[in-house]
Amino acid sequence: MSEPVIKCESVYKIFGENAETMLKEANGNVDAKTFQENGCIVGVNNASFEVSKGEMLVVMGLSGSGKSTLLRCISRLTDATGGKIFIEGQDLLNLNNKELIDLRRNKMGMVFQSFALLPHKTVVENIAFPLQIKGINTEDSINKAMDMVKLVGLDGRENYFPRELSGGQQQRVGIARSLAVEPDIWFLDEPFSALDPLIRKEMQDEFLRLQEKLQKTIMFITHDFDEALKLADRIAIMKDGIIEQLDTPANIVLNPATEYVRKFTEEVPREKVLLIEDVMDSTTTEDIGDLKVSKDEIIENVAEKILTQEKTVAVIDNNNNIVGSINPTKIINTVFGGRKTNN
Amino acid sequence: MELFKKYPKLFQWIFLLIVFFALCFAIDVPETYKFIRGQAEFVKDPNQSTFVFLGKEVRYYAFDVFWRLPPLLGWLPIWINDSLFFLMNDWMPMEFWNEDTQEYKTRPLVLQITRNLTAFMTFLIELIREILLGGLETIVAFTSWDWIDANPWAELPGLPWTIVAAGSAILAYKLGGRGLAIFAGLAMTYISIFGQWKPSMQTLSFILVAAPLSFIFGLSLGIAAFKSKRVEKALYPILLVMQTMPQYAVLVPALVLFGVGDHAAVIITMIVAVPPMILLTLLGLRAVPPEVIEAGRMSGCNNWQLMFKVLIPTARRDILIGVNQVIMVCFSMAVISAFIGAKGLGFNLLLALNQLNIGLALEAGLCISLIAILLDKMSLAWANKQVDYFGNLNFFQRNKNSLFFGLIMIVGIALAYFGSIYFKDGYNYLFEVPHNKGISTAGFWNKGVDWIFDTFFVYIKAFNTWLIVEVLQPMRALYLRMPAIATIVLVVGAGYLIGGARSALVVCGLTLFIALSPWWDRALVTTYMATFGVIVSCIIGFTVGTLCFQNKHSTKFMLNVCDIFQTFPSFVYLIPVMMLFGITDTSVLIAVIVYATIPATRYTIEGLRSVPSGLHDAATMSGVTKFQRLFKIEFPLAFPHMMLGLNQTIVFALFMVIIGAFIGTEDLGQYILKALSDKKGAGIGLTLGICVAFIGLIFDNLIRTWVDKRKKHLGID
Repeated sequence: MSEPVIKCESVYKIFGENAETMLKEANGNVDAKTFQENGCIVGVNNASFEVSKGEMLVVMGLSGSGKSTLLRCISRLTDATGGKIFIEGQDLLNLNNKELIDLRRNKMGMVFQSFALLPHKTVVENIAFPLQIKGINTEDSINKAMDMVKLVGLDGRENYFPRELSGGQQQRVGIARSLAVEPDIWFLDEPFSALDPLIRKEMQDEFLRLQEKLQKTIMFITHDFDEALKLADRIAIMKDGIIEQLDTPANIVLNPATEYVRKFTEEVPREKVLLIEDVMDSTTTEDIGDLKVSKDEIIENVAEKILTQEKTVAVIDNNNNIVGSINPTKIINTVFGGRKTNN
Repeated sequence: MELFKKYPKLFQWIFLLIVFFALCFAIDVPETYKFIRGQAEFVKDPNQSTFVFLGKEVRYYAFDVFWRLPPLLGWLPIWINDSLFFLMNDWMPMEFWNEDTQEYKTRPLVLQITRNLTAFMTFLIELIREILLGGLETIVAFTSWDWIDANPWAELPGLPWTIVAAGSAILAYKLGGRGLAIFAGLAMTYISIFGQWKPSMQTLSFILVAAPLSFIFGLSLGIAAFKSKRVEKALYPILLVMQTMPQYAVLVPALVLFGVGDHAAVIITMIVAVPPMILLTLLGLRAVPPEVIEAGRMSGCNNWQLMFKVLIPTARRDILIGVNQVIMVCFSMAVISAFIGAKGLGFNLLLALNQLNIGLALEAGLCISLIAILLDKMSLAWANKQVDYFGNLNFFQRNKNSLFFGLIMIVGIALAYFGSIYFKDGYNYLFEVPHNKGISTAGFWNKGVDWIFDTFFVYIKAFNTWLIVEVLQPMRALYLRMPAIATIVLVVGAGYLIGGARSALVVCGLTLFIALSPWWDRALVTTYMATFGVIVSCIIGFTVGTLCFQNKHSTKFMLNVCDIFQTFPSFVYLIPVMMLFGITDTSVLIAVIVYATIPATRYTIEGLRSVPSGLHDAATMSGVTKFQRLFKIEFPLAFPHMMLGLNQTIVFALFMVIIGAFIGTEDLGQYILKALSDKKGAGIGLTLGICVAFIGLIFDNLIRTWVDKRKKHLGID
């Protein structure tokens, strides 16, 4: 496997006056309570993970869990107190100001919860802003920005001001702006949290469509577990600055690592999240019926077909090879079975 | 005992008052005490004692220290004076090349700097003045008088008033639409027809120089304070004092540094106008959402780009509100600067008041008010105007305003030319209506004033006498009867009860400064006048505000009235009261009351309005009557905001009391006025100004601390 695009090695972010000395004295054993007694607040506590190219990592946590702080450490909007962060092998914390600005101008894009558009610029000027900051001349930057306007479906509104747009439209501008410089790495900080539920769903679909086309490396922050399940390749669940579990959506639903994670998974409709692949037996039994289902199907879509079978159903991959089997009882157990026990 | 436990604060206050009154009765008035002590450092008297500080001999009467503290700070004004003179005349003499005499001349550095600054300011003012009115000075500045004599054609022609009036209407249209344009056009036409054109343009040129300079300095300092905590901390006390310092106390040191005239006034105006600009810049930059800053950073902005492409445009509205403040302060300074010889409307007003020509004063005052409203409305319209998109318009649509102005230029010049032929012998009325040729209503007003005096003299006199004998004199006597120690105990005790040790210490320091200065008695007189004004203003403002709040339309109407009255320079308020009450303390107090009622009313309405509508509904649903809602819900919640209004009322009242010295009072203001005409007045003027500022700051500190605590307690913002 190639080198990860983002790599964090025990990153800490601690707010407070003597944060650094306290972190050194703690010797890698940071306890939020003792820090708080000394006037320090732990934002991110020993975060280590990697994001590889084209992967979407969703960081999920409730407010105050440190997810936004973690993102700001990786975009270096705030300096991490300890640990190492590598962006495509470059040591982020050792970059000087100029190198950092270069990195942001060419490799990073970020979308914000409150849209953070410039009120005095039109849609197209907002989108062209990062390009112009880079020093690209007005005409080229506006042309490029117009492409972006089309990409996010705002054509016809390019000369509107942010104040004249709805929330969903404003966030489209935010997305277009973050993509204008064609960054490799895309940070999204709760981009859809300020939107109405219906618009939110529409924007999520739009976002998936875009990602399919662009294949960026993404860190996506959200407090909405359903959103995380819907979008993520992998999910990191954070609590009090600590990453409680980092895994694929299916594994998190099926094998919550801690009590805290389990609480989130309890209410999740598994048939809508899990794929056949996630629950099938990889061994094939003799007693197999005629029906075959693809391993990439969501359970909900094929449940009815499987449940009407009496025999075990064969599971096939893209090349029509049988890779496993699944019987109706398994489906029933998955959907209605006890949630406290693992399978 | 239980009662004591239930209301501990109440008993603490009662205890404080008991101590205060006990002290008042325990300390007798010394027999030698005469009310007016005079300025200790200037009066020679065998009973005086002396002490030496920093090589300065300071004389003072041997006082009973419980009764009045000795004026130990008497050296301060003298020291300020001497330092200023030393700086100006002896410090760092250097060789400077003199253009006129073509030789090197030795001059102290500061003198050279201030003279150059003065020359530069004079040039700027003259330039703008001559664009508006015409003249020679600008061309002289680049050539010489001889050259002008040789070339009699060389003269800046000046703009005909028609063009300036139409130009301001177009600008008003661009900023605020048709209504504002009509107002601007009419106001300018009125000014011209009534023969106030020249002084008005002089005042305007003053503002056109002072306001942009103040804006640039204020913005830069505001940015510096935003970027560095240290700069902010260094600026903070200056900003605080400048907010409560009466404007014309600042004029006095300017006399020493920059002399008399417009240039000195411009420089001093900048000192007064920059602080509000700094505050509003800081406020605006702080209010930029953090995510917008982050978005700028993530777009790859360096610090420069972040400031000028992201922060400042986003904070545009607050910064432009700052510009509005700057313009209004400049305007009010332009009027007050008449005291140090700035030309313009203020000068005419001062002259008319000195001659007791109320009619002329009213005319000038009306012009001042019109221009004030116009400037205020236009700059506010600019702040509230949102950027528009022009890209899809063609050249003519985009530049229609400038094109129209160009057309007006041609028409105006043609008219003026036509006028020069038509009015062959007399004045060219289409170019400029001279001061004494306009329509004048002064005679009418003067007759009116005479009529009022003839008709109502008995009543006014009776009212005057009653007020002075029955109310003011006793109140003044009571204030002066307070021993210094008792006053300090009262103030410090209040500080401790409201804000703890820190507040007590601050307040104690401020009070001690005044008590140790030679003007404690005068400060008491100032305080008594301000107190009287504040009490009456608060009663009126509170009642009017509450009544108006009952109806949506009257609320809006009242706020508009407050807006308009607030734009008038304080000096203007003296005209109508002098018209009605002549030259008495009553006039000053009535001006104080009128002026200070504005913030009292405004904050009452705003406070009541700030009560959340949810609470309103909740109260209505629990079935309260209108009165219950007012007294149980609205007043308690609005009270903190109303107290901030009290704070403003005090500052306004103090300003007016000080300016009232012009009519004749015997408080600190009178001494500031004297210092203005005194060669060695700089130190005294400045110290007196600081004294007034400190009186304001004592109340400011107490009220603000209380309001913050109360707001936290109530959980509002």
